[in-house]
Order: sequence, then C-alpha cells, then structure tokens
Amino acid sequence: MKVDDDVLSDEESSAGPDQRAELTLGALVCVVVGLVLAMFVFVLHEAWPSFAHNGLHWFGAGGSVDNQIDAIYSSGDNAARAVYTFHAWPLIWSTILIVGGAVVIAFVCSLFVAVFIVEFAPEPMRALLQPVLRMLAMVPSVVYGLLGVLVVVPFINNHLISEHSKASVTPIITLDGYSLLAAVVILAVMIAPVMISIFVNGLRAVPRGWLEGSLALGINPWRTVWKVGVRTARPALVAGTVLATARGIGEAVMLSMVSGSVGFAPNPADGLVFIFEPSRPLAATIIDNIDQLTSPPMRHTLYALGAVLLFSGAMLSFAGWAAKQPLRRYGVLA
Amino acid sequence: MSTPQALAAGSLPPTAPRRNESSASWRLTDRLGLGFAWFLGLLFCVITAAIVIYLFVQGIRYLRPSLLVTNPSAGFTESQTGGFLDPLIDTVVIAVMSMAIAVPIGTAIAVWLSEFGRPPVLARIVESTVEMLAGTPSILLALFGTLLFEAPWLGFLSRTSGGVVFGRSFFAAAAMLSLLALPLVVSSVREGLQAIPSHVREASYAVGKTKTATTRRVLLPAARPSVLTGTMLGLGRVIGDTAIVVLLLGNTLTNDPSGSAPILSALRGTGSTLTSYVFYNAPTGDGDQPGKAYAAAFVLLLMVLALNVGVDIVGRRGTALRWNS
Repeated sequence: MKVDDDVLSDEESSAGPDQRAELTLGALVCVVVGLVLAMFVFVLHEAWPSFAHNGLHWFGAGGSVDNQIDAIYSSGDNAARAVYTFHAWPLIWSTILIVGGAVVIAFVCSLFVAVFIVEFAPEPMRALLQPVLRMLAMVPSVVYGLLGVLVVVPFINNHLISEHSKASVTPIITLDGYSLLAAVVILAVMIAPVMISIFVNGLRAVPRGWLEGSLALGINPWRTVWKVGVRTARPALVAGTVLATARGIGEAVMLSMVSGSVGFAPNPADGLVFIFEPSRPLAATIIDNIDQLTSPPMRHTLYALGAVLLFSGAMLSFAGWAAKQPLRRYGVLA
Repeated sequence: MSTPQALAAGSLPPTAPRRNESSASWRLTDRLGLGFAWFLGLLFCVITAAIVIYLFVQGIRYLRPSLLVTNPSAGFTESQTGGFLDPLIDTVVIAVMSMAIAVPIGTAIAVWLSEFGRPPVLARIVESTVEMLAGTPSILLALFGTLLFEAPWLGFLSRTSGGVVFGRSFFAAAAMLSLLALPLVVSSVREGLQAIPSHVREASYAVGKTKTATTRRVLLPAARPSVLTGTMLGLGRVIGDTAIVVLLLGNTLTNDPSGSAPILSALRGTGSTLTSYVFYNAPTGDGDQPGKAYAAAFVLLLMVLALNVGVDIVGRRGTALRWNS
C-alpha cells in the first residue's frame, strides 16, 4: 500500500487532494474515538468518590437503598458532612432478575422465530415479519413504558395477583401490579427483535452445502436446521444474546415506569409470589433520581451507577466481539 | 460491524429458494416444534398489531386538534394542562439538529472506514468504538453530556448564571442524540459503500479521477439509498429516546429561552419533546395525565410508523439498483 502511494504522489499531481481528504477524515475519526474515550474517563472520574468511600461494599447488601439515597442526597448541602454509604445490591439483584428473565424468554422465542424465518416461513409470512420486527424495534421505550403502566400493570394487579398472595407479603411490601413480571415481559418484547435479526443473519450465513448434506442423508428439515444450522450459528447466538443483554441493562425509562421503582430485592424464598414483587434496576435508579444531581455526593453516587452500567456494557460488547471470531475463522461473516 | 445494523433490526437479506415439503412424515416432537415456531411468529405479529391498534384507538379517543396548537401548562385536570405544541415542535427541531450532526460525521466515518482505513490498527479501533457506541445505553450518554456541557468553555451553548453553567440546552441534547444515531448511520452507509463492486471504482480511476472525486461523484451518489436508510433509522432512535432528553433538554413544560438573540436564545434554552412529555404525563410521572400521554404517544407512533414505511420504500428502491446484472 505504502509503495503504491509514493508512486502515485510522485507521478500524479492529483494525489494532493486525496491525502488532504484522508487526513481530514482521519482527524475526524480520531475526534470521535477520543470523545468515546473521554466518556469513560469523565464518568469514572466523577464516579470515583462513591467507590472510594464504600470499597467493595458498594456492590454488597445492607440497609435500605432508598434510605441511603435519601441520606446521601440530604447531606449534599454541607461538603464536610457528606455521606457516601451506599450498598447497591438490591438494585444489582433487580437488574440481574429482570434482564436475566427477559433474555431467557427472548432467547427461546427469538431462536424459534429466527429458524422459522430462515427455513420454514412461507414467503408472505416472511415479508410480513420483517416490517413487524423492525416496528417492534423502533417503538420508543417510553411508549412501551406507557402501555406497561396503563395496560400490563393493571392486568397483573387485577387478574394475576390473588388477595391471598398480597396478604402473604403484606408486612414487607405492597403488591400493586408494578412487578418483576411486567418488567420481564415487556423487556423481552423490546429486546427480541435485536436477537432475531442477529440470529437470522447467523443462520443465513451457514453454508448451504452443510444443510444439503444433512438433508441428503434423509434427515428431515426441522432436525437438520437444529442439528446443523443452529449449531453452526452458535457464535451468532452468543453475539445476539450478549447485545440484547447490553440493551436490557441500559434500558432505563421503560423499567423505571413498570418495575415499581422501589429499592427492594425480590426474594425467591417468598415462593412464586416473588415475580409480582416490585424492584428497581440500576439504570432506572439513575433516571428516577436525576433531579438530585445538584447534591455533590448524590451526583457521585449516580455516576457510580452509570460507571457500573458502562463497564458491564463494555464487557458485554467485548464478549460479543470475541464470540463472533470463530465465525470469521470459517470465513463466514455474520 | 453487524452490531448497529442489528440494533436497528432492519434488513433481513433474502434467502435461497427452498422446496416445500410436507411435515406429515416428521416425528411428533418435530411437528410440535414447527407448530411452536409458527405460533411465535404469529405472536409477534399479534403483539405489534395490538400495540398499533390499541394506540390508534386511544389516540383517536384523546387526540383533539386543539392539543396540537396549545402549549402545556401546569394543572390537575385534562382541561387545565393544555396541549403539546412545544414538545411537538421541539421533537422536530431536535431531530433535525441531531441528524445535521450525525449524518455528515457518520458518512465521513463510513467513507474513511470503507475507502481509506489506514493504518489498519486505527481502523480496528474505530470499528470497535462505533460498535461500543451502539451498545452504550442512552442514559450514559446523557450523564456524559451533563459533564461535558457543564464545562465552562462550552458555557456559551447553554444558560449561565453566576458563573455556573447550566449545561442543559437544545445544543447539548442534539449533540448527545447525534452520538446515539451515529452507529446506525455509519453501519448503513458503510454497507452501501461496500456493496458497490470494485470495478466501479476502477472505472473511475481509469478515466483519471482522484479518490476524492470518485468518492464524491461516484460512490456517495450510488450509496444515497443507504445514507437515507441510515438517516431514517437514526431518526427513529433519536425521536424515540427519552433519557437524553429528560437530562439534557431540561424537561421544562414549555420552551424556556435563554438570552435575547432570536433563534439562538431558544436553542440555548430548555424544552421538552414528545417522549419526555409522555414520560412526564404517564401515571408514574409528575404530570399524571394518561389521556395526554396517550395522545402524545399516538403522535409519536405515527412518526415511527412513517419512518418504518420510509425505510421499506428506500430499501425496495435500493435493491432495484443491481450492479452485476
């Protein structure tokens, strides 16, 4: 490449503008990369005091998160008596439950739908599913939240939670429909289109001959797809799952609306009732308390929540990249 | 680079034709599996139809023409709280502003990645940066934007009182929203550029065009459908985002300009968009006017539907242009 370039610039006077263009574009690209790096540095720097005061207990359980948030916020007017004590476990646990549940449901559904689209759907059905899935991906999260609050939550409250189960947890928490279940179901609908589109790309990239080979042995198409197609596309399944997880972890608005916004850790020991218990994931905590950025200790705490999101998002994005590498080895680009 | 396009959940490329055979000879479990796949495929169609139809019904019930021409105001009943003129205008303004940033920069990055991309290390870094940007939650971009625009040297972009920069303005929100749309534009344009076969470039070089001229006169015009697709996917993301708007646009009921310069003051001031209006008026928000929220969500859904149809139309036009046939 380098040699070609030198030859060109010697022989052709017109190489000048090309180099200028390359440099200009290169500089612009560097600015964008720098901006994203700056995001990491800025957010971590702003978050540091909260981590520094709590150490690893930041991630642990202990006390009521909501009381801690109130104490941190109200200590903001006096820098000397700033309180930083914060144990985020209920929020982290809520994130794990909601995102985990939604990803599991969405994964099963997406796999079946992706197989269906790639191998079995008749042409009109496929032509219908494409805009349908794009629409589901494009509906704003606040609209999902609104429908959740006004349709799903009242439905759960009126039809799914019995008076008996409400009474069984009355001393601890009030069940009113804002629940894990509502959050999981709506989040699953939100992230499924992301998964399906990556799964479909992965399944399409499976070399046709491999499938034909299996069919030629008399194995029926359904078995063939699952035993050959889905197995070959495993890296794409991982990549899609990881990206959908990142999406779910970062979802703030919808979850803040339907999850109940209570700093409570749903307890599986309560039996099946626990899926009706309210909670509040990390991202929703940031948006719920966004008015409190004016209080310095609260600000550091909120940025610490953001830093956790940023870090887990970056890790997931790296894992997704790593999962796609085996596909490249086969020369299959999904 | 499949990330951003995957996030858009947009294009599903066509598959090879296959023969249809009866599943009658399959084992029962296999037939049940196929039945389940059919059920799920139909379920997604039903969910989408339910969302659209329900919002249409509620929208027609609550949307009055007067809502579109009056401003929001504080109040406790449907009649006191006014309409959503300002949020509607602000949605358009914010969308135009952020796409004005995202489309040129996104196209430039895509051109650099697909036509230059040297040194390769930098290209890899840029690729993964864009991919990571696509996976970054918008709430984080909002937090980052707050830090960035509260910096004193960017104070001229928002309100300043007593040396403290407020950091919330149309400029701040549009800048951060453009970062949200950027990966979609980049991946779409890049895909379009890569779909142009190399003999087209070579033909241009052969008649003595420089790389710059080739890019500007040949490649970008040919990739116009994908620029358009990227723009619309980005727009969908921008008008649908709430976190950045709530944080960086100030989320005031009506537009609250800062300063006295005619347009600049409004852009330096705060406002709200349809998404933050819905968020505010949902039962969980401070406004709690579900009727207003439904009406605004209906308008929002109409915009998204229009974009969706637009992507479809452009996509169909784009496939009509085939280089090799």
